[in-house]
Order: sequence, then C-alpha cells, then structure tokens
Amino acid sequence: MLSKTQIAQRIAQELQNGWYVNLGIGIPTLVANYIPKGIEVEFQSENGILGMGPFPIEGTEDADLINAGKQTITALPGAVYFDSATSFAMIRGQHVQLTVLGGMEVSETGDIANWKIPGKMVKGMGGAMDLVASADNIIVAMMHTNRAGESKLLKKCSLPLTGVACVKKIVTNLAVLEIVEAGFKLIERAPGVSVEEIKNATEGNLIIDGEIPEMVL
Amino acid sequence: MNKKVANAEEACKGIENGMTLMLGGFGLCGIPENSISELVNLNVKELTCISNNAGVDDFGLGLLLQKKQIKKMISSYVGENDEFERQMLSGELEVDLIPQGSLAERCRAGGAGIPAFFTPAGYGTEVAEGKEVREFNGKPHILESALTADFAIVKAWKGDTAGNLVFKGTARNFNPMMAMAGTITIAEVEELVEPGELNPNEIHTAGIFVQRIFQGTGYEKRIEQRTVRPKN
Repeated sequence: MLSKTQIAQRIAQELQNGWYVNLGIGIPTLVANYIPKGIEVEFQSENGILGMGPFPIEGTEDADLINAGKQTITALPGAVYFDSATSFAMIRGQHVQLTVLGGMEVSETGDIANWKIPGKMVKGMGGAMDLVASADNIIVAMMHTNRAGESKLLKKCSLPLTGVACVKKIVTNLAVLEIVEAGFKLIERAPGVSVEEIKNATEGNLIIDGEIPEMVL
Repeated sequence: MNKKVANAEEACKGIENGMTLMLGGFGLCGIPENSISELVNLNVKELTCISNNAGVDDFGLGLLLQKKQIKKMISSYVGENDEFERQMLSGELEVDLIPQGSLAERCRAGGAGIPAFFTPAGYGTEVAEGKEVREFNGKPHILESALTADFAIVKAWKGDTAGNLVFKGTARNFNPMMAMAGTITIAEVEELVEPGELNPNEIHTAGIFVQRIFQGTGYEKRIEQRTVRPKN
C-alpha cells in the first residue's frame, strides 16, 4: 500500500519534459518534490504564477507571493506573474499539459466529485471546475477508499459533480488505473497489494487484462 | 488627469446600503485593507460582495461578515472562514459559488463590454442549472453572464495620480479585471507617485479604468499559510 508521499512519487513518473503542470492542494502539491532526473517542467498556480519554486527560506517569506493553497512560495528564474483571467486562459485554452488534483469520488465514466458535501462541507469549487473541464490530461490523486472503508471508485458519483467524463488516470494507495470506455482499467498494483484487494475496494467496473505488474517507485 | 483622493474615507464616498461591490484579492493576498476598514466604519449594509474569497474570521471581508454587512457573496472559494460557513448554512447569507475561472472572466467581460460568453467549466454540474448549453467543436459549454459593480475596490503595489497601476507578485490576481468592471473604481496603493514616474511599458492596469486613487497606510499583509524551509 502506498503512503500519500508515494502516491505523489508515482504520479511524478508521469511528468514529461517541457510540460506545464497545475498541481492541486494536498497530495498533488507533493508531486513537485519528485520530478524525475532530466525532466524539466514548470508549475502553474491558478492564482497567477508560472515558474513556481519551493517554499521560501525562513525569514524571506513574502505575503505578496503565494500559491493557490495560500502558502508562501518562491518564484524560480524565468517565472512570470499574471492576473486571474490570464491564468484561466492558460487553463481553459489548454496551454497547461497536466492537471493533478485530489478527489472525493471518481466514477467509471471519468466523472469527478471533489468540492462539496451537501449540508456538511460547502467551501466552494475554487478553480477545480475550470481545470477539469478543460485539461486534456487529468490525474486524480486519492485514497482508494474513504475513512469508513467504502470505495471512492464508483459506478456513479453520489456527491455533487465537479466535472463530467474528464478524468484520464487515477493513482491511489492501492493502484494505478485508467478510465476507458468500459470502466476502470487496472494498470499497476501498489507493492504488496493483490488484484483481489483492489477488486474488493473498487465499486465501479474494474477491468483486469492479463498479468498486472507491481509499480516500481 | 488627477484622480488622487486623500484617503480611504474620501475614496469610499458614495458607497451606500444595498450596493454591489467588487473587491480584489486572492485569500488575503492583494486585498484592499484600507478600504475594507472604511467599509466597516461606514457600516453600510445589505451589500453584495463579489470577491474570490471571503477573508478569514477576523481579517479581510471576514470583518464585514462579523458585522453582518453582507447580504450576498459571489465567490469561488470560502473555505477559510467559519463565520461565513455558519451564516451560509443558517441561510442568513446568500451565496453564489462560481468556478474561479468563470468568476475572473465574468469580471473581465463586464469591464470589456462582453455581455456573456460560453465556457466548458461547470457543464454537467449544479453550476450549469438554468443556464443555456451549446456545443462548440463537439464539446458542451454553458452560457455565463458578465459581472459589473457599483464600486470596484482594488489594491496595487504602485500607482500614479492618473490611476495607472502596477501590481506585485501574486497580489495581482483579480484586481485588474475588477478595476475594469466597476462603475467607480477605487485603487489603493502602497506607493503613489506622479505621472511619468512609472514606466509606461510596465503598467499593468491603465488609468482609464480607475476613478479614485490613494496611498494606503499601515498595511498588515497577513499571511494565511506561512510555509518555509529552514535556514540551513
């Protein structure tokens, strides 16, 4: 089973040279720590920076320089700041090659719900709806099951949707899966996790095609 | 053209109960601190506030929420404010949550004379309820309308008395679009200079969009999430 950090590590293997990447809050943020050697990517944060760097050295933090999670950050050489309309032009206009975000539920048709639990959590969608509606390549980083042990990979989402038929790939603590026409296609297993365990943790249609390799971190 | 006013008090003259205001900022980054304090002083009520976020409990728009000055919020994310969540769940506060990119573009459109536009964001979700859907290039989009405001209140780093503005870092965010969409736009800046002192090549918002400008004082610039690396 993967830790949250390892989920991020596995997603980082998907990065390709020259990509502009938007990372959501939570596990996705950790992806920046595992960029493979020889791969150059630039991180976009939707509040208005391209070329986002690591957290600042203690004492140099600047209230005017934050990411979409409102955390203090730095700007790398070659970075650029812009307004929110320009930022979402980059996103909607598909100039950003990869979006990684967290999820509460994903359906076998690629729908995602991650912004609202009616009556309980109503924080707003932020930029998530613009991101999922537009990005060509969306990877969801999440736990395979919720705290009650129920599957988050469903036939149909029960929570209010963030986007429809948009998710391409999911990396969970148990597996890597792709959304194909018939459902969740199992691509890799987490180290030490059996196909049977993944099957039991997946409510939606799971497609198992031949031998499923263990992922290599 | 000289648009300089003395302070927030003079800048906020004419803001009345029931008006629609736009307020720049992302979280607490780039918010018009001086003008928000003045709105608290004025005690104007029944406001509709268009702002990406609603501040935190004791800062930013949270100060107006505490005094129940806001009737309706139009935002994309309000997660950092318990009082907001309480007022919303109890029905005291009307809330329109809209996707962040749509919010930015609706402000931009409002200032640019575009009454509405189609966007893919929110299609198939509750955001799309009651909105026209049309397919372009085989992909469904929803119709979103422009937003404007009686007053837009923005914060910039530097400005000149002609209203030209320069922003710093990610404090730019919603400020430039909101500046365009206000019937009256108030800009508060950290440093106010004379025309000619800003390089015209490096101005982000043209003075034509700004009606009143003043140099603010005592900026607190609170940080919501202080994330750092150790010195060594």
